[in-house]
Amino acid sequence: MNPMRMRPREASQPAAMSRRMFLKSTAAAGAGLSLGIYFGDAVAQMSGPGRTAGETVAGTFEPNAFLRIGKDNTVTVVVKHLEMGQGVYTGLPTLIAEELDASWSQVRVEGAPADAKRYNNLKWGEAQGTGGSTAIANSFDQYRQAGAAARAMLIGAAAQQWKVPADSVQVKNGVVSHASGRKATFGELADAAGKQPVPTTVKVKDAKDFVFIGKHVPRTDSKAKSNGTARFTQDVKLPDMLTAVVAHAPRFGQKIKSFDSATVTGIPGVRYVVEIPNGVAVIATTFWAAKKGRDALKVEWDDASGFKSSSTDIIAEYKQLAATPAKPARNEGDAVKAIDGAAKKLDAAFEFPYLAHAPMEPLNCVVKLSESGCEVWNGEQFQTGDLFAIAKYTGLKPEQIKLNMLYAGGSFGRRASSASDYVLEAVSIAVALVRAGKPGVPVKMVWTREDDMKGGYYRPIYLHTLRAGLDANGTIVGWQHRIVGQSILAGTAFESVMVKDGIDLTSVEGASTLPYTIAHMSVELHSPKQGVPVLWWRSVGSTHTAFSTETFIDELAVAAGKDPVEFRRAMLAKHPRHLGALELAADKAGWSKPLAGAAAGEKRGRGVAVHESFGTVVAQVAEVTIDKDNKLKVDRVVCAVDCGIAVNPDVIRAQMEGGIGFGLSAALYGKITLKDGVVEQSNFHDYPMLRINEMPAVEVHIVPSTEKPSGVGEPGVPVIAPAVANALAAATGKRLRTLPLTLA
Amino acid sequence: MATFFVNKERVDIAAGVPGDTPLLWLLRDNLNLTGTKYGCGMALCGACTVYLDGQPTRSCVTPLSALKPGVEITTIEGLTSKEGRAVQAAWEKLDVPQCGYCQSGQVMSATALLTKKKRPTDADIDQAMAGNVCRCATYVRIRAAIKEAAKALG
Repeated sequence: MNPMRMRPREASQPAAMSRRMFLKSTAAAGAGLSLGIYFGDAVAQMSGPGRTAGETVAGTFEPNAFLRIGKDNTVTVVVKHLEMGQGVYTGLPTLIAEELDASWSQVRVEGAPADAKRYNNLKWGEAQGTGGSTAIANSFDQYRQAGAAARAMLIGAAAQQWKVPADSVQVKNGVVSHASGRKATFGELADAAGKQPVPTTVKVKDAKDFVFIGKHVPRTDSKAKSNGTARFTQDVKLPDMLTAVVAHAPRFGQKIKSFDSATVTGIPGVRYVVEIPNGVAVIATTFWAAKKGRDALKVEWDDASGFKSSSTDIIAEYKQLAATPAKPARNEGDAVKAIDGAAKKLDAAFEFPYLAHAPMEPLNCVVKLSESGCEVWNGEQFQTGDLFAIAKYTGLKPEQIKLNMLYAGGSFGRRASSASDYVLEAVSIAVALVRAGKPGVPVKMVWTREDDMKGGYYRPIYLHTLRAGLDANGTIVGWQHRIVGQSILAGTAFESVMVKDGIDLTSVEGASTLPYTIAHMSVELHSPKQGVPVLWWRSVGSTHTAFSTETFIDELAVAAGKDPVEFRRAMLAKHPRHLGALELAADKAGWSKPLAGAAAGEKRGRGVAVHESFGTVVAQVAEVTIDKDNKLKVDRVVCAVDCGIAVNPDVIRAQMEGGIGFGLSAALYGKITLKDGVVEQSNFHDYPMLRINEMPAVEVHIVPSTEKPSGVGEPGVPVIAPAVANALAAATGKRLRTLPLTLA
Repeated sequence: MATFFVNKERVDIAAGVPGDTPLLWLLRDNLNLTGTKYGCGMALCGACTVYLDGQPTRSCVTPLSALKPGVEITTIEGLTSKEGRAVQAAWEKLDVPQCGYCQSGQVMSATALLTKKKRPTDADIDQAMAGNVCRCATYVRIRAAIKEAAKALG
């Protein structure tokens, strides 16, 4: 590689990236569900870094890309998705263990290399990545079939050795056996199984025969995550590795005028101070030296460039826009006419701020770059996008790039950057090292918490307006919903698939898919552009659409003089899964009985919400208390979830519990604001997180199902804010429509 | 040259290491004890919790110059007390961690609580653990696991 070929990328990489991507198929299953992304020649050229297909270790049985069985009797499951807390390092091994009839104690887990041919997300076409709560959903058949194929080959090997018919061989709990008393472990059969023909078709188990699916299996990562040995990107240590901390511009898109490194170079440990496209990187032997260097650096930024607007200006602009007609996302009947002629009319406006993902592990990435290749250590959430972006940026071929997928200390969408923003920032620092004559020296880029908080790629500001009319019987006759907010997909590889007729499906999901039967309905979208980079944030469009729709429905129920559960139930005849989850949550919460009364000087209330996202329906009943000091406490949440077949019920419960806590952080505190283009928040003191003393008691109930599984990482999140707001309204009569919820 | 002990091993700090270096980065970058995590750098999240002479302390705001000579520092790697083992066993049994990044700090704070108080109430748990942020909000299980560990310790 000629380092001279490495040129800093232009400020807006997303658009540059999309030109090189060819988007293949379109699956219109619904917003956020199914993509078909094809990365053109990049994938075709790629033989796949890491272990290549067909490569085997002597004595090891490797029937396919998803597992191998060692002579030592271990079953290593190759997991193609990032483990960021959602439990996929337990879920995908469960599928293999099930069909293999393995013993859980022999199962090991390994992260897959970047290889979209073998490890693509089947919901995304030919692209590898983790997101949209698709990990179990897209792998359910694939990983079970992989396990079943291995099992058939183990049986074939045993049958041959024992000279018995294959259908007389049993497999149970990791042991292959025959009625004659012959027995063998997987390890003993590994060599022979590898010589068996790979079956062309396999039959997976009937649900009644499941031994792992739907039962409790312990997480594979709990031990390492309880004793400090789990390895995150932050923990990577390589020989001669340097650490980089970057001075970023105070405003998005702002350019450097000049910088003076004189105050930095004297700091012990500082090795290089280099300009990169995103700012100035201080590269040192330790983090502390790099950070001290960064803080001492004097950078002059070009005042003429950069985004200078404020959150208040953006909201004001959106209010104007909301008063004008927008692009239709859904249109049935004549909503305006129906509302105009209604007996009772209601309207409301909702405001949602920018939100930072703020994972506990601030963003970071390790890169080792030389003339011959690039190796990356990262909580890698979007392999194909990052691989492609690195190849384009460095001029390397995809097969010269190796991505190591490590545990991510949270992500919530941030590490699946459609612009590969922070990965390319780390690569740009490595390029600077190559130019400085240090090829092959690994560098760990570390963002401080402040860098992470101010670094953009937020959940966008949204403004919603809603109008509805009730007839004399209290039935909704018309519903008009207008949404204003930045498109997170505009200019990205996802645009041509997920933006249809000018509608970014992720801006309207949950609103355009409102399940209630209403005769006249209109949902419209304005997608104004802003110079603030935005991104999906755990549960994406539903972060705002669940709130506006479910609180407005609640308001309409009260206006109609009806019970909020009954009111919803009457409109859900065509949506049995919504109905099932709603009824289960209401039943388990004791909705039919009055809520226990408040203590003197306090107020209590109970609220309900139901919402589908990523194919999973979640209903929650929240009980709240407002104390004498007007402080809100969420006491208890009863949650019902219908996610199809429950592969790991305990992981599902954990995701609902955590999703509720995550959603509460946003509902009660979450707010990133811009003033004259500068982000006002910086750390957990001004962007607070929910803490243990604020966490409600949570009960999770799983709706029994025989449907294929859908996701659970995100769908617990969007339901809690409307459930709490409805409970607050029940307690106080006040409707809060601006997030975060603030009691006056 | 300052001398103290990390997980019972003697550590001598060379004169070249600046005194303003937070203990966290000495542990992580110099001693390769990476179980203690960086989360905020301002003592706001608790991911960096270690013990100084048994007292839970935020290592991200503890400069080396503030360390008492001879102080005993305990990190997650050196957590061998019976309370520590009980907490880790309960964490595993209840599958507390999700992303896991904050959990070293959670385990350190929970162990410190159980070392002081055999049967902590919910209020005790709130007080001892409110300084430890978990963005995955595993709080329901943290609370249950502390109670589980207390029960196991008898």
